[in-house]
Amino acid sequence: MTSKALFAASAMAALLLALPASAAELTVGFSQIGSESGWRAAETSVSKQEAAKRKVNLKIADAQQKQENQIKAIRSFIAQNVDAIFLAPVVSTGWDSVLKEAKEAKIPVVLLDRDIDPSGKELYLTAVTSDSVHEGEVAGDWLAKTVGAKACNVVELQGTVGASVAANRKKGFDTAIAKHANLKVVRSQTGDFTRAKGKEVMESFIKAEGGGKNICAVYAHNDDMMVGAIQAMKEAGLKPGKDILTVSIDAVPDIFKAMVAGEANATVELTPNMAGPALDAVAAFKEKGTVPPKWIQTESRLLTATDNPQKEYDSKKGLGY
Amino acid sequence: MTALLPRRGLAQILALIVILAVDRVVSPQFFDLRLQDGRLFGSLIDVLNRGTPVALLSLGMVLVIATRGIDLSVGAVMAISGAIAASLADSHGLPVVLAASLGAGLVCGLWNGFLVAVLGMQPIVATLILMVAGRGIAQLITEGRIVTFASPGLVWLGNGSILGLPVPVAIALGMLILTGAVVRGSALGLLIEATGGNARASELAGVGTRAMILSVYVWCGVCAALAGVIAAADIMGADANNAGLWLELDAILAVVIGGTSLFGGRFSLVLAVLGALIIQTMNTGILLSGYPPEFNLLVKAVVVMAVLLLQSPKLSGFAGIMARLRRAKP
Repeated sequence: MTSKALFAASAMAALLLALPASAAELTVGFSQIGSESGWRAAETSVSKQEAAKRKVNLKIADAQQKQENQIKAIRSFIAQNVDAIFLAPVVSTGWDSVLKEAKEAKIPVVLLDRDIDPSGKELYLTAVTSDSVHEGEVAGDWLAKTVGAKACNVVELQGTVGASVAANRKKGFDTAIAKHANLKVVRSQTGDFTRAKGKEVMESFIKAEGGGKNICAVYAHNDDMMVGAIQAMKEAGLKPGKDILTVSIDAVPDIFKAMVAGEANATVELTPNMAGPALDAVAAFKEKGTVPPKWIQTESRLLTATDNPQKEYDSKKGLGY
Repeated sequence: MTALLPRRGLAQILALIVILAVDRVVSPQFFDLRLQDGRLFGSLIDVLNRGTPVALLSLGMVLVIATRGIDLSVGAVMAISGAIAASLADSHGLPVVLAASLGAGLVCGLWNGFLVAVLGMQPIVATLILMVAGRGIAQLITEGRIVTFASPGLVWLGNGSILGLPVPVAIALGMLILTGAVVRGSALGLLIEATGGNARASELAGVGTRAMILSVYVWCGVCAALAGVIAAADIMGADANNAGLWLELDAILAVVIGGTSLFGGRFSLVLAVLGALIIQTMNTGILLSGYPPEFNLLVKAVVVMAVLLLQSPKLSGFAGIMARLRRAKP
């Protein structure tokens, strides 16, 4: 994945043009953002698997986090007259003209994982994304159910300040626990979505809350921060998963490792399989002319220690997380 | 002039005391210490432990800045050395892991030093190259994933303890003493300052300025690599995307808070490390305070400005009087 990121976009476009036409039924071009995170790498691997399952010829162009590379990739897909274009947009604006070109060429565009500016709604077929507010709600509902009527002080590790995912995951969780007066977020600080900051912030939460005695649960906006927080709890002589409940979001392999060790309780999956539903929508559109809804919401599965975490770990570890 | 702790350290010590007092107000248990599994446990220990990477970076950075240079690549070098350490940890012994990752830092430093000292590039541009490319190299090593490891030796470097002190703190202390002994125990420090003060005049006076510049970048690379190994050991994994991200700026800030001029010519190791501790004392205080995270950067900026104003001889009565007294003496 990363070695691919080394190529310049132009070289990649040339490479794509040089690929021989395949005998597959459908050819789909996928303009992927780049390898910004493990999840992104997993999305790319799963997309390849899903395409292979459906015998679709999937051409992936890595944009190295640059919109201009994505626009170039889309133009080259149009020139190749692919059957559909998948786009994981790096930013939400600036797509109008290139998407109009795709529309004129009658190539349906499906957005994966991220949405674009509302003004461009008629320019794409559908968007397959997760609802990050809902993810926060699933996490909050699990905690409320698990705690029951007991009073529970929650500390929250937020994502990067200003990131929409962080704001949404906070909003969803707050909505879910607002119905339960016994649940209260006592501390909330940003851990920048990283392990190191998650650990550092959790260390300070533990000190500020009587050595961790006043904390009943941790909610982290992603699993990486939780992995750091689990280390901080262990170093403070606490038992994560027992003394302090944990719930986080993403479902990366390492959180399942912690679950197997009994140190994590629950995670909400942000599925890396966005291409599967997108391919199905495109196939139905091409064959029967079925117009999919404008938004296909992916499932936010709740996975706990009772859901065979070892199996989840094994199935996810090879995906590039 | 060449004493380890000159009188000009008063402003920094005062700033540290004030910030510690504020931390005590926002978090009453700030000075509480207890033993946890044979290791001291408390917010003060957190300050020392979390301040270690920037303190190590500032040890190298202060020497580079003393030669009128700057090294923007230290954060990327941290990512590289952490990635190497994590990739080798479970298959090789600790000596090999350390040699490889510190060796990588040395090579990075040599590269920077070569660009600046031999090719005569502007330090800010020369080190910018590695700042950008270095993170890419680290991502290549980890293939964009977080590489985790369980090797007890390396984990101990990040999470173990020596006489109750976290190992990273002991390492930083050791590096401060070692660096101090080398540069202040010999004429080396003076020669570095001479190079920064006036490279041409020093060259004419027989100082090997080229060797001086090359060696400070090498030392800076090694310090950064050590910081990277500790950062990786701390989270038992190498996160190439985030390890050391923006820490070059904190390191430069630590050096500046420590009263070292960006124009080179003089430096203080102890005050640079003190600068790193001031930054971390503030960071930990912000985390303990319970303010919404939207305020983090604002609070940090205000405090840094206050500390720098405190050092400004024109704006601060206290420092101003001190400076005038010092000027009046000879």
